[in-house]
Amino acid sequence: MAITKTIDQYFDDLRSTRVWRSVFRSGTGSSTLHRALAIQQNVFLHLFSTKVRARMLGFSATWYLGTLTLGTFLILVATGIPLMFYYHPSAPQAYADTKDLQFVVSSGLFLRNLHRWSAHAMVFLVFAHMFKVFYRGAYRTPREFNWVIGIVLLLITLLLSYTGYLLPWDQLAYWAITVGSNIASAVPVMGNKIHFMLLGGNAVNANALLRFYVLHCMILPLTAMFFVAIHFWRIRKDGGLYSHASEPATLRTNAAGSDTAAKEAQ
Amino acid sequence: MADSKDFTAGIDSNAKKSPRRIVFITRRTSAQVKTDSEDQVQSFPEVLFRAAVAIQVLAIALVWVSLVFNAPLEGLADPSHTPNPAKAPWYFLGLQEMLHYFPPVVAGVLVPGLVVFALIVIPYFKVNIEADGLFLKDRQKRLRIFYLIATGLSLFLLFFKVYAALVPTLIVAGVMLLAAQSSPQSSSALRRYLAARPLSYWVMTWFLFELVVLTAIGTFFRGPGWAWVWPWQGS
Repeated sequence: MAITKTIDQYFDDLRSTRVWRSVFRSGTGSSTLHRALAIQQNVFLHLFSTKVRARMLGFSATWYLGTLTLGTFLILVATGIPLMFYYHPSAPQAYADTKDLQFVVSSGLFLRNLHRWSAHAMVFLVFAHMFKVFYRGAYRTPREFNWVIGIVLLLITLLLSYTGYLLPWDQLAYWAITVGSNIASAVPVMGNKIHFMLLGGNAVNANALLRFYVLHCMILPLTAMFFVAIHFWRIRKDGGLYSHASEPATLRTNAAGSDTAAKEAQ
Repeated sequence: MADSKDFTAGIDSNAKKSPRRIVFITRRTSAQVKTDSEDQVQSFPEVLFRAAVAIQVLAIALVWVSLVFNAPLEGLADPSHTPNPAKAPWYFLGLQEMLHYFPPVVAGVLVPGLVVFALIVIPYFKVNIEADGLFLKDRQKRLRIFYLIATGLSLFLLFFKVYAALVPTLIVAGVMLLAAQSSPQSSSALRRYLAARPLSYWVMTWFLFELVVLTAIGTFFRGPGWAWVWPWQGS
């Protein structure tokens, strides 16, 4: 045992180097305290709680849908940025760039495929996450507002996907956005104004492409990150992931009979 | 140890002279005391590791899909040439299917607006918090309301020939009727389960069912002129 080092030991050695310790504030060691500090002393991880109920780790408790949604978002950022390197948001150059991604750029086809399928997966996962949370009753006090933030994130996700849909500037993109944006014209009184503001014109054109590009690559991702941060932070502040059996007795009696949640939590 | 009382208990109507302090403990506002401590694990590394594995598995699956299936790319956008049918992204095809039956202001503005509003207010309404089986209390009254709403909605959908939405409505209504005829003492596990479902469960399940059915129809069963086609017929 003394001769062969385990991966853990290498990792411990790494964590005790001066450089590592200058970067991460939690220090070395694997005591409970240090593990708590590893979360608490990290600007990103401190959004989460240092401890989680053991029963919430089971697959059936959450199906990991929130985690997987985050995963698709990370993939989308990671593939979206290189896609931006090869893309001009102008008509008809956008279409030529997309063609280049398909046929000229190394791995461009793969990048675009991964971005597109991940986007579809994200929309699906956000819906699945929402229904799972609903059926577990996890929107109950004190988690009401986190549910509302979740709905906001659902809408942002739909907008992200929708704005990205136009960017290839092919027939599929053009007419899908035409069909969708025409609905905005149906809003009473303001309809045509909203439609015009959305597209920067009376029909889908180069202005619309630029607007959708800015929304898709800047405004909506930043807005999503902003709300995702609150969403994660509120999980900790609201008492961790909802588990019916872990709720205070008073809340449990209010929700008497919701035995789905109880069963799932067990 | 205890001294003799230096006060007497009694009721005095003079509030200035003898103020009374009364604590009301109600079910809603009583202090939230954690009853028992349960097993917890450290987020680092237990939870982070599992999250990382979950995301890795997802990434591998998506990479595999991306290697096998190519994202669609059609010809250059051409405003003068409308494809038939012109379809929105799949997650809006439920809405587009609704647009086939109702004017845009209803299907495109009113319905989605109400859906978003309804989703947002879910946690703030008591009907969604209390989770007793729908038909376990006030059975006769609730059954009457159920019949009224189910019949009204079905007739409405029938009147506008929205069979795509009518069929899921009738199926959910049928299951709800079964739930009404069940009790927590039923011998069948399914009927015990159905009997304990609250109203919010039924509304959400109906919505989910409609969402899936309408989206699937819009995606797979609609061809030129939004006419019904079977997926295997091609387009």
